Amino acid sequence: MTEPRFPKVYKTESKPHMFCPGCGHPIVLKMLGEAIDDLRIAKKTIFLVDIGCSLLAWDFYDLPTTQTHHGRTVPVAVGFKMVDPKKVVIAYVGDGGGYAIGLQHTITSCLRNNPITTIVVNNTLYAMTGGQMAPTTTEGEITTTTPSGKREKVSQTIQGPELLAQVAQPEAYLARGSTNKPLVLKQYLKKALEAQMKGHYSFVEALSACPLNWRTDAKETIKRMDELDQAFTLGEIKK
Amino acid sequence: MGNYVLALAAQKAGAKAMFGYPITPASEILETWVKLSEKDASLKYLQTEDEMAAGFSTIGACLAGVPSFTATAGPGNILMQDAFAMAEALRIPTVAMIIQRGGLSTSTVIYSQEEVRLTCFGGNGEGFRIVYSTSSPQELFDYTLKAFKVAWEYRFPTFILADGYQGKMKAKVDLGTRKPQIKASPILKQGVNLRNCYNLEEEIGAVITDYFADYDKVREKIEEYETYRLKGAKVALMAHGIVAAACKPAVDKLRKKGLKVGLFRPITLRPFPTHKAAHSLEKIKKIIVLESALGQLSELFKVEYHGFNTPLIEINKPAVGFTPEEIINIVLKHYD
Repeated sequence: MTEPRFPKVYKTESKPHMFCPGCGHPIVLKMLGEAIDDLRIAKKTIFLVDIGCSLLAWDFYDLPTTQTHHGRTVPVAVGFKMVDPKKVVIAYVGDGGGYAIGLQHTITSCLRNNPITTIVVNNTLYAMTGGQMAPTTTEGEITTTTPSGKREKVSQTIQGPELLAQVAQPEAYLARGSTNKPLVLKQYLKKALEAQMKGHYSFVEALSACPLNWRTDAKETIKRMDELDQAFTLGEIKK
Repeated sequence: MGNYVLALAAQKAGAKAMFGYPITPASEILETWVKLSEKDASLKYLQTEDEMAAGFSTIGACLAGVPSFTATAGPGNILMQDAFAMAEALRIPTVAMIIQRGGLSTSTVIYSQEEVRLTCFGGNGEGFRIVYSTSSPQELFDYTLKAFKVAWEYRFPTFILADGYQGKMKAKVDLGTRKPQIKASPILKQGVNLRNCYNLEEEIGAVITDYFADYDKVREKIEEYETYRLKGAKVALMAHGIVAAACKPAVDKLRKKGLKVGLFRPITLRPFPTHKAAHSLEKIKKIIVLESALGQLSELFKVEYHGFNTPLIEINKPAVGFTPEEIINIVLKHYD
């Protein structure tokens, strides 16, 4: 039997990783790892993670990595990149960090065309804290703070890359992929890193599963992921 | 003015980046740094979207090994505690200039000493920080040079604690000829994975215990205080920052009248000058603490000098300044 192939940039001592079974994070991280390998940028990449499930990746790669505070990964990335512009700096956050507590940083870094790559893993709720509503929670979705289902009359569902398209400079790169289509997601991640290396802002949202908080079995999880691919527009988002 | 001096001092110290968000009475520090950066391309700056971003991008630049700083006041100082708590947890040598304005909340825009507790202990931790309370424009310069050196040497977040009066004050300042003395190198480099989130009580307990041991080991080297005409004194005034500056002419006049009065001024509020300073207060019969806050300074003293039996009189004027004349009257009232 052949051994499973993992990206070279993985830190082997920290595997098996700490994410829950069925979680989408490891798919995003594997695609990102392959993108870093393909571009041969491991020696100059800095990986920054937020609070929330993303923090479980604090020792995922053999890359200089630090966890920050909730929503504050983007400004750390901006500060680092400003004084060390040759590095490739990645801010890896959840939908709470990217779209709620840190939304001002997400928007402003795009507005300024800061040459960093922000990756928002969107599983439509706050996973680490037990499944509360996020700005990405979809119409009718049950979370611990929307027990009767979320109503868009109360709060719309945020469309991150589309929102950023309103303020992005033409050379910035914006995309939304899905862990349902990992190889397409990998292409987006690669293009995002390349955009950063050309000196531009780049942003990828990755739709992802959280069976634990969705309370879904494998079959239901796959169904829910298919629904998410419909609820959000997949692809590169142009201005 | 003082705020101009602070920016200039940061440049002389070897700082290369500033991240700031405008707030009175600290805004001229960022404005000056922007002007300096127009003449010197090695200086970077960013006017951030808020104070959290200013604090955290300062952390980002420090992680890259580049001496960097921010400046703020009052409500901005509250927001920046988010970043300072992380700097404390990961031993990141941020430097921040806190130009105290009034407290509580938004308050007034020019003066108080209400940010002592916040600056010394603002995080959900133990206050592993270094806080210099300056007393004159010259000290704004001198202690900024020192703050960068000390921050990178000991790896504790370091603060210059001044106030709006000092920030706006004009005076001649000797800029000296000293070369930058910071020994900075990248913190987040190959092989380094950092976190400030832990699984077990024992894990974080051990981290805090280690940090405390480090802090305790070096605190004597960091502690600073000033005495003014304290030799032979019966009564000691205790004050920090600009209140201490107002005490000096008061002491001179009282000495002229034949009263045995001197001044004890803590310069580092964290770590509070204890080990080296205690002897200078041994023969004092009475201590009068004067501050523009409700006991924030005397609280630091009482904790560190537990068991010290000299009578303590606390003159608290929350958010209000002192004149030398007023201080003379206070001493005359309490001298015997």
